[in-house]
Amino acid sequence: MTTVAPVNEPPVRARKGLFNRPEKPYIHPYLGGALLGLVMFLAFLITRNGLGASGGLNRYVAALEDLIVPGHVNQTPYLLKLAGGNLNPLDDWSVPVVTGALLGGFVAGFLNGRLKVQINKGPNISNRTRLIMAFVGGVIFAYGARMARGCTSGQALSGGATLSAGSWALMMCIFAGAYALAYFLRKFWN
Amino acid sequence: MLPALFPLKAFLQPLAQNPWTYLVFGLIGFGFGFVLEISGFGNSKKLAAQFYFKDLTVLKVMFGAIITAMVLIFLSSAIGILDFNLVYVPETHLWPGLLGGVIMGVGFIVGGFCPGTALVSASTFKVDGIVFSLGAAVGVWAFGETVQPIWNWWNNSGYYGRLTLMDVFHLPTGVVVLLVVLMALFMFWGGEKLEARFGKRDLSKEPKRRYLGGVALILVALIVIALGQPTIAQKWSQVEAEKMPLLEQRAVQIHPGELLASLGNDTLDVIMLDVRSESDFNLFHIHGAVNLPLQNILSVVPTLLTQAQTTSSSVVVLMSNDESAATEAWKVLAAEAVPNIYILEGGINNWIKVFGKQEAGIRPLAAGVSDDQLRYTFESALGDRYPAADPLPYEWVLEYTPKIKLQNQRGVSGGGCG
Repeated sequence: MTTVAPVNEPPVRARKGLFNRPEKPYIHPYLGGALLGLVMFLAFLITRNGLGASGGLNRYVAALEDLIVPGHVNQTPYLLKLAGGNLNPLDDWSVPVVTGALLGGFVAGFLNGRLKVQINKGPNISNRTRLIMAFVGGVIFAYGARMARGCTSGQALSGGATLSAGSWALMMCIFAGAYALAYFLRKFWN
Repeated sequence: MLPALFPLKAFLQPLAQNPWTYLVFGLIGFGFGFVLEISGFGNSKKLAAQFYFKDLTVLKVMFGAIITAMVLIFLSSAIGILDFNLVYVPETHLWPGLLGGVIMGVGFIVGGFCPGTALVSASTFKVDGIVFSLGAAVGVWAFGETVQPIWNWWNNSGYYGRLTLMDVFHLPTGVVVLLVVLMALFMFWGGEKLEARFGKRDLSKEPKRRYLGGVALILVALIVIALGQPTIAQKWSQVEAEKMPLLEQRAVQIHPGELLASLGNDTLDVIMLDVRSESDFNLFHIHGAVNLPLQNILSVVPTLLTQAQTTSSSVVVLMSNDESAATEAWKVLAAEAVPNIYILEGGINNWIKVFGKQEAGIRPLAAGVSDDQLRYTFESALGDRYPAADPLPYEWVLEYTPKIKLQNQRGVSGGGCG
């Protein structure tokens, strides 16, 4: 199958896959979409919730904050809803979903020989630049995700499938934001 | 109409009551992470290529997933096995959503990931995925710490609650489903053309079976149109066996005293819906009640469903002059899966009987009033300005059997925001 983008350079820090499993190609994107849709449908059918990532991450962070500075949580309205008083921030559907996703990604990576310590990046930037950008991008994305009450999973995918008006508007904005900046960052990725 | 088996009852309650439910969410997450990884979403270069038109895997997987799940959700709803009113639909907070969306797009192209894909990338030891995830943890922390000054804006600006595209365009569900499928297929077609141009992809090597998939999606959407979504009568027939006994055993008809006590209870959010005619409402109504004549009762359903998925302290109390119209309204809301709904016992007539004894302007009518009509005459249409319309909870000691039991509901909004 030909799903991999034309590669301009070899992976910089590629090592052999753990347990020396042969690396297999990715599945066809339409098949991936259908399978992901099936998972999401089953989630809605059985549990009434869809998928999510930033919500679960948020709860892990809140739990950590509660652990380090317990008093602080009770003075911050945003955290109060997650971890105020006797609330356990980890007692929520989004937490096992995120945890399961980490495990699922790991198992899929193992089965397909893709468990490799490496840095994916454009050919014209250093590892250091790539990692700085990854960190900054993570901060920006997650800030926007909490403002929008969900990220690509909780809003774009889950809200998209349930035809939420706000989720569709927001999804267009994600693409708009990324495309608007893509030209200026072309050196970083190409 | 098949029985509405889904979503499973256990998932309406707090998860801790059924610990196996955590496992179900874990399995869903596992499937989520697994599919993301095998689709190539653990590779930031593949994700970023979307924005240079070289490899539109992101578009194909995302919209493929959205339309696959969508047609199956609304097909399940059409045949009756899934109650769509219980499915969590993210509430529309338009302006925070739009701004947050643009910020996410910037983060996407700068960092090369979104949170879900970064976690999957991290789980396969990609260093950039690990670093993005750490950045994301800092980002969610930073939002929690800085949202205070924009709290009002964040919660209220462009807030429409549970709002679907069907509500926005006033189109039947099936039609919207079909239009979204067609739009996605059109984007796939355009996307492939872009890939051929910018990514030098040879389209002749693409599997022909993808056309079959497209046709199948259109067919299911057409079936959803043909079946239509369940009517109120069909939905009531699905829940009648469960709900009718509540009415017959008078488990949901609350004493005026209990309503008064609930109004004074800060932990409850009581919504009073007065389903009588406007003229009766103008003569006399309980302070704080909203007039919604029975024939318009459906118009309030989206608001109540929003309440149901955002708070667990809402109680709806329906009232008419006696109980007939309120009972009809109760059946409609029960069919629409609105939780915590009650009827004012004996209606407004009974309320006045309890609280209006010393009211000079209200006099009982002689016998011969038919069911669900006012049994009192009023000197003038004072509405809620009669003292009996707004009694003080602490002045009344009444004996009654409390019946309001909040359904212990699970928080479904996930992020815990909103």
